[in-house]
Amino acid sequence: MGVALKTLTGNYAVATAVKLARVNVISAYPITPQTTIVEKLAEMVELGELKADMIRVESEHSALAAVYGAASGGARAFTATSSHGLLYMHEMLWWVAGSRIPVVMAVVTRTIGPPWNIWTDHSDVMDQRDTGWLITFTENNQETLDETIKLFRITEDERVFLPGIVTLDAFILSHTTEPVDVPDQSLVDAFLPPRKQPYVFRAGEPIIMGNIPRDLKWNMMMREDIDKAMERAKKVIEEADLLWGKLVGRRYGGLTECYRCEDAKHFIIGVGAWVGDMREAVDYLREKLGLRVGLIKIRYFRPFPREDIIKWLNNAMSAVVFDRSVSPSAGGPIFVEVLASLASAGVRTPVRGVIAGLAGVDVTPEDIANAVLTSVSEAEELGTFKQSVLWFYGGE
Amino acid sequence: MSDESVLPLARPMIGVSGKTGSWRLQRPLYDSSKCIKCRLCWLYCPDSTIDINEGSADFITINYDYCKGCGICSNVCPTKAITMAPEG
Ligand code: SF4
Ligand code: SF4
Repeated sequence: MGVALKTLTGNYAVATAVKLARVNVISAYPITPQTTIVEKLAEMVELGELKADMIRVESEHSALAAVYGAASGGARAFTATSSHGLLYMHEMLWWVAGSRIPVVMAVVTRTIGPPWNIWTDHSDVMDQRDTGWLITFTENNQETLDETIKLFRITEDERVFLPGIVTLDAFILSHTTEPVDVPDQSLVDAFLPPRKQPYVFRAGEPIIMGNIPRDLKWNMMMREDIDKAMERAKKVIEEADLLWGKLVGRRYGGLTECYRCEDAKHFIIGVGAWVGDMREAVDYLREKLGLRVGLIKIRYFRPFPREDIIKWLNNAMSAVVFDRSVSPSAGGPIFVEVLASLASAGVRTPVRGVIAGLAGVDVTPEDIANAVLTSVSEAEELGTFKQSVLWFYGGE
Repeated sequence: MSDESVLPLARPMIGVSGKTGSWRLQRPLYDSSKCIKCRLCWLYCPDSTIDINEGSADFITINYDYCKGCGICSNVCPTKAITMAPEG
């Protein structure tokens, strides 16, 4: 049915998706563990399999600037980076989102130094959460490929017109080979309409982007409009999931997926590759210990799935949020936003934030099950958590 | 353009910020006899206040309503056909 099973690393899954999306312009600067994405794309361009311009630049700041310029001129454009490269790009992320120019970027999540470290955690992408980019986390290489293709459609929808980031965990996905269904070009063409964007810079039609407005309220209104577009994106993401599901037979849910949640009283919340380990932990806790535990996988961190979180946790006894990054003294960012969502609806379910897996520290399904088990017992006994944020190293 | 979004866009217009030439401390003076029609002054003027007159005796015209007197044109001119003189 128009698909071919291939063995692909996460990085090659991204490159394959970008090719299928018929991207016109690619620019990037090498950084481990992202490099093989653009290496593969350069090879595709070189072999004539992908008709795109590959712009070589001297830094990540310039990479996104080049992609931004191309996209402003009407090109479907792509870049990829990690860690320090993403931080170096940070200013340009604001420019792209503030100009409402759709662009897709892959971020292979990697720890930020010092000390030097190439393994996964989510600090790099969490540092971009206020820029106005959509942010999706993927669990396996199949989802990485699917979500990269979808992100072009979602970001170029006139209800959204914002750029988007697809993340994959360093090495766990980026350099691990998995079987991936690669859809036919014809299916992707049917899914992806020709590029749309709010305006195009053309020679001979001068417009100015970013001038100081006469009334500063206009400036503030532009920020509010990004906020509204991010809210509108929620529906667009669900529509894309539905349509892609019809075409290729794979649906993931919209902003979240809830695993074994029907009768769950306790919930685990997580993002990215270790959601796979969380599924194993849920199975173990249910089958071996008879605990009614469910798993909320957050697929999109921006827009944040406030409504889904409230719906699932409304009558829950407890929730444990796993964060692979931390805002010092405030807790993990997902934990903080889960709490804020619940508070906005008056839901008083006790929530614990577990900070784990930073700097690539390995966390196994057993570690996750242990951390959840401790929390579940505490919540059942006390109806609350004595310590809301826990640093967890696993392996005990 | 889209109706859905509030965009940071503007259309360029002549003199939208008033007559910026009133700030000028130095005035660029053009000597057509030295001009080799290279267009560098036109290209470099940050305020687009230099016009090209194809086929006329004066190859360029400087619009003093908006020229702010920065001296870039004089600096890039390869033959010193533009010199800067203090404003009165
Ligand atoms: S002095 Fe400056 S502003 Fe005036 S014409 Fe020369 S370059 Fe333009
Ligand atoms: S830069 Fe000098 S020589 Fe060249 S066009 Fe201008 S005035 Fe003439």
